[in-house]
Amino acid sequence: MEAVFKRPESLTDIPTHFCPGCHHGIIHRLVAECIDEFGIREKIIGVASVGCSVFLYDYFLIDVLEAPHGRAPAVATGVKRANPNAFVFTYQGDGDLAAIGTSEIIHAANRGEKLTVIFVNNTVFGMTGGQMAPTTLPDQETTTTPYGRDVETAGFPIRMAEIMERLDGTKFVARTAVNTPKNIIKSKKILRRAFEVQLNNEGFAFVEFLSSCPTNWKMNAQKANQRIQDVMIPYFPLNIFKGALN
Amino acid sequence: MTDIELVKGNESIAMGAIEAGCRFYFGYPITPQNDIPEYMSRHLPKCGGVFIQAESEIASINMLMGAGATGARAMTSSSSPGISLKQEGISYMCGSQIPGVIVNMSRSGPGLGGISPSQGDYFQATRGGGHGDYRTIVLAPSSVQENYDLTMHAFDLADKYRNPVIILGDALLGNIKEPLRRHKYIPKTFEKNWILTGAQGRSPRRLKSLYLSEGELTEHNWMLHRNYQEMTKEILYETQWMDDAKLVVVAFGSVARIIKTSVSMAREQGMAVGLFRPITLYPFPYKQLLDISETIHHFMAVELNTGQMVEDVKLSVGHRKNRVDFYGRPPGSIPSPDELFEEIQKVYCLP
Repeated sequence: MEAVFKRPESLTDIPTHFCPGCHHGIIHRLVAECIDEFGIREKIIGVASVGCSVFLYDYFLIDVLEAPHGRAPAVATGVKRANPNAFVFTYQGDGDLAAIGTSEIIHAANRGEKLTVIFVNNTVFGMTGGQMAPTTLPDQETTTTPYGRDVETAGFPIRMAEIMERLDGTKFVARTAVNTPKNIIKSKKILRRAFEVQLNNEGFAFVEFLSSCPTNWKMNAQKANQRIQDVMIPYFPLNIFKGALN
Repeated sequence: MTDIELVKGNESIAMGAIEAGCRFYFGYPITPQNDIPEYMSRHLPKCGGVFIQAESEIASINMLMGAGATGARAMTSSSSPGISLKQEGISYMCGSQIPGVIVNMSRSGPGLGGISPSQGDYFQATRGGGHGDYRTIVLAPSSVQENYDLTMHAFDLADKYRNPVIILGDALLGNIKEPLRRHKYIPKTFEKNWILTGAQGRSPRRLKSLYLSEGELTEHNWMLHRNYQEMTKEILYETQWMDDAKLVVVAFGSVARIIKTSVSMAREQGMAVGLFRPITLYPFPYKQLLDISETIHHFMAVELNTGQMVEDVKLSVGHRKNRVDFYGRPPGSIPSPDELFEEIQKVYCLP
């Protein structure tokens, strides 16, 4: 019997630790599909970050280096400069990339490093138990904004893709979501392009995924998907900010 | 390459690094070590290398980790405040067993302190410096020639032990000019069956420091500990005037070169004073000092701080049978040979 749907070869055959309804699993799968389709599994060096995404090395059949919190773009810079022929990507959450790692992401992008950055924005620190992230929406309740994020004292949600767009060093910048089948199909095209940008040695590619965190949002998976549609996308518009799909 | 050149201390480190095959340098400007990145930015592109002026010390050390993870010989350099910022990365490199060379041409602290020479970073360098129970090899040169030689050696040690190696100099050793005889690096081969190159025809490799399963982290730490114990094979030190010595002066780095003159002055006065200069500060020559204390019972640690290495001297020789005196001063001024001679005189006749 012909298999019409199977696990990508770049993914390990083990259950993930991700919570039910979390989007990391979908995004992992999209990354693995791109790796398989471009046939680059054996030339990849992945850089894991700190947070729920840290277990990248358990789920992908690729070489992986674990970076300190927020430092993945600097670590990846060292990897790529020493191995220009390797395909190097970072996979970072919003606590990692948009808080402690803002310096590293901005300067790696600004240098135009030939990297692909996968940024997963779920508006909270997931692994540590749902604290406020720089991306937490106004009035959103988290364990450290128990009365809702007050923008007067806790600042505003950071739109990282828009910041990346403004840097001359970036070649491809997009924000996408995987909350609906339609968005997943679109995300795949965007991610493929972000891979191509590095494979063609064009420059720095940045893809922001809006992602769910049902556990810390304290809602079920369906409601979490709906929250992305109704609350997140209006604040974080889906767009290809720089570059285009071929 | 047998000619003698007049070379500045910082540049001798950069020269030694390139000669030892370092092709990747990541750094951030800070006084008093800027000649190192400047030299690297001029010379690395000419030999196919990469120089990056990073956005921060933190980024520099993480770039070093990335390059080191792929088996490349790479270096970063800085001075004390910058080295503090690198501690997170050094801890991760030790935890993930990634080699790299880190130069600290140290200056005065605490805080912004000043740009004068200091040995105030001894504890930070020899006790790990960041979080966790780890160590780095620490080499303490005391001349421009040694800057060059020990930098080359540092790359070999880093590869041999898969661990960061720190070169601990200071503002004095970075900014003096002395004759340097450059010589060819003799390449050594190290099995690198752990480096990340892409999982071509082999199982994927992971370089990481996170171990959450029951017992896994304990075993990982014991394995690191055994590696640190192995490093004691690498102990380096220099002795002078020891045969009939009644007092042994212990000093490293820039202070050792100053006090050498003071000890020779003492000898001219008929005082039986010897000099012991640790070159590896970690691993520290505990056993070598202990052996000396079988016959000599009076030691004097001299440092450009208010007392750090003296603790290791005391750990080496103990208090019961031996006397350990100390002279140190906080940074801000460098002691002259005359001043240190007077300090030696003060303790020489003590019981």
